Amino acid sequence: MLGRVVYLDNAAATRLDERVLEAMRPYFFDTYAVATSEFGYSQGIEAREALDGAREAIASALGAAPEEFIFTSGSTESSNIALKGVALALGKKKDKHIIVSKIEDFPVLHSSQALEKQGFQVTYLDVDGDGFVDLDKLRDSMTNETILVSIQHANQEIGTIQDIEGIGHICREKGVLFHTDATHTFPWVPLDVKRIPVDLVTVSAHTIHGPKGIGGLYIRQGTQIAKWVDGGFQEFNLRAGLENIAGAVGFAKAVELITPEETKRLQEMRDRLIDRILAEIPNSTLNGHRWRRLPQNANITFHFVEGESMTLHLDMRGFAVSTGSACFSRSLEGSHVIFGIGGDHERTHGSIRFTFGRYNTMEDVDAVVQALAEIVKELRSISPLGKNREKEEG
Amino acid sequence: MRFPYSETVLEHFRHPRNVGKIENPDGKATEGSPACGDMVAVYIKVDPKTNTIADIKFESYGCASNIATGSIITELAKGKTLDEAKNITWKEASEALGGLPKIKAHCSVLAVEGLRSAIQNYEERHGLVKEQKPTTVEVVRQRLKKVINPLTGLNVVRTNLVKDIEIKDGTVRVLVDVPQDHQFAHAIKEDITERIEPLWDVKKLVVEFTE
Repeated sequence: MLGRVVYLDNAAATRLDERVLEAMRPYFFDTYAVATSEFGYSQGIEAREALDGAREAIASALGAAPEEFIFTSGSTESSNIALKGVALALGKKKDKHIIVSKIEDFPVLHSSQALEKQGFQVTYLDVDGDGFVDLDKLRDSMTNETILVSIQHANQEIGTIQDIEGIGHICREKGVLFHTDATHTFPWVPLDVKRIPVDLVTVSAHTIHGPKGIGGLYIRQGTQIAKWVDGGFQEFNLRAGLENIAGAVGFAKAVELITPEETKRLQEMRDRLIDRILAEIPNSTLNGHRWRRLPQNANITFHFVEGESMTLHLDMRGFAVSTGSACFSRSLEGSHVIFGIGGDHERTHGSIRFTFGRYNTMEDVDAVVQALAEIVKELRSISPLGKNREKEEG
Repeated sequence: MRFPYSETVLEHFRHPRNVGKIENPDGKATEGSPACGDMVAVYIKVDPKTNTIADIKFESYGCASNIATGSIITELAKGKTLDEAKNITWKEASEALGGLPKIKAHCSVLAVEGLRSAIQNYEERHGLVKEQKPTTVEVVRQRLKKVINPLTGLNVVRTNLVKDIEIKDGTVRVLVDVPQDHQFAHAIKEDITERIEPLWDVKKLVVEFTE
């Protein structure tokens, strides 16, 4: 135990960077006016300029033009706008087919299910044992009615990074729009919309030491998308609502602070964690691909033990992680991602996700491995599975 | 620090009592919940003179509430007569632990059932085998009382979620009053399957949901 909390759930939420807070502060206390038109009053014009500056900075990190990027309340809303907005604009008559992967995060999965109720057909593409979508299967599942493909850049639980360039080319070839949820990659893993044929990209600040409640959606120029959050004319008349200027400025600052060196540092922590656990804790299995995965993500199943027991023991020792176990979830269902890659109940049940961030150190890695080795050993000693069961059956 | 369980639960979770296996037990049983994946094994030694539980041990592959309930149930059962032990309820176990979250009922009820099944196992082994009765609507209803509705922590019969039970030529149909896409529909279905499918004369089980 390190005598402080070791937070390893950075895919869920991150600690705000002080520099982000400093950048945001003036927009709470000084320039708090609504962003006005260019003919408004001074404070409103300053607010407008701050919003435009933030937009330009984030758009440019994606290789996009500022008018191709709208701010939203976060990645959930961004993905909802992408799927439902395209469906509303293009889903006329018989063009009602959408393709998503089985292991998408809930905003995409549940938006798809909502659209099914409105008469859309949705194909939920299988993935392989590492979580990859098969490009041939994707091509084969497209029909003349397909209007949109939504496949994530990287998976929220097992970190698998999809070949979005390959997917994008297939979509382009078939004239189908392509949305990708880049919540967990942007801007750690480069995504340049000038090079990658993608039409819509979901991004968020909460995963990169920015504030919660602000995200964005890249919408390629000319993409047909309907407005469905109605109200004023904000965000190029695509998403109504008072702009969250402090949030937008914070988001831009958070993006600016991420460097390739930091990505490399996260990757080193990830690799040390994976290597040590697989070598030192028997009967542990890595979920997701060893290398083609998020730099900050490791997901490991410890067989014969249950995830909530492990997370509680870890919590009592000051470590925060999450698990794909049904006992931990609000719906009492095991992780759809681990099931999606062919895992059974037992594999989901004992899965732990570790996600690193700016405030983690190598010392954290070694401490959590040490704690886990002890906890897993202890829980296995009371488990009827594993060694005990083998003995009984033998 | 703010933990999701009572102090007593945490204490039993950290230091579970009577953990392990009994070699050559007089009765044993394993209960599992496919809905959440948890599993409990219970072993008992019976004093035939007094018909009491002389020793009891448990093993758990489960979450904190599962482990804690396994631990408390062994403490509650030790020294009791078989009839007394059989009648220990989940509610009593939960109260002894200072309360368990309702949503955890289905993980923790396993230990209570494990104890009852271990006693039944002892009784069957000692010439108290009951006749194989045919499955009736009432038998199914009794079994469904072990299926917990995770929203309320109460069983699906008591909360009127079971709208209809039909038995015809070995096929059992159960109509459950939740929509197909309900948050817990999948968990409830698996739990029902686990309770009904093992009945000796059930060839097929169909679980239907209302719209």
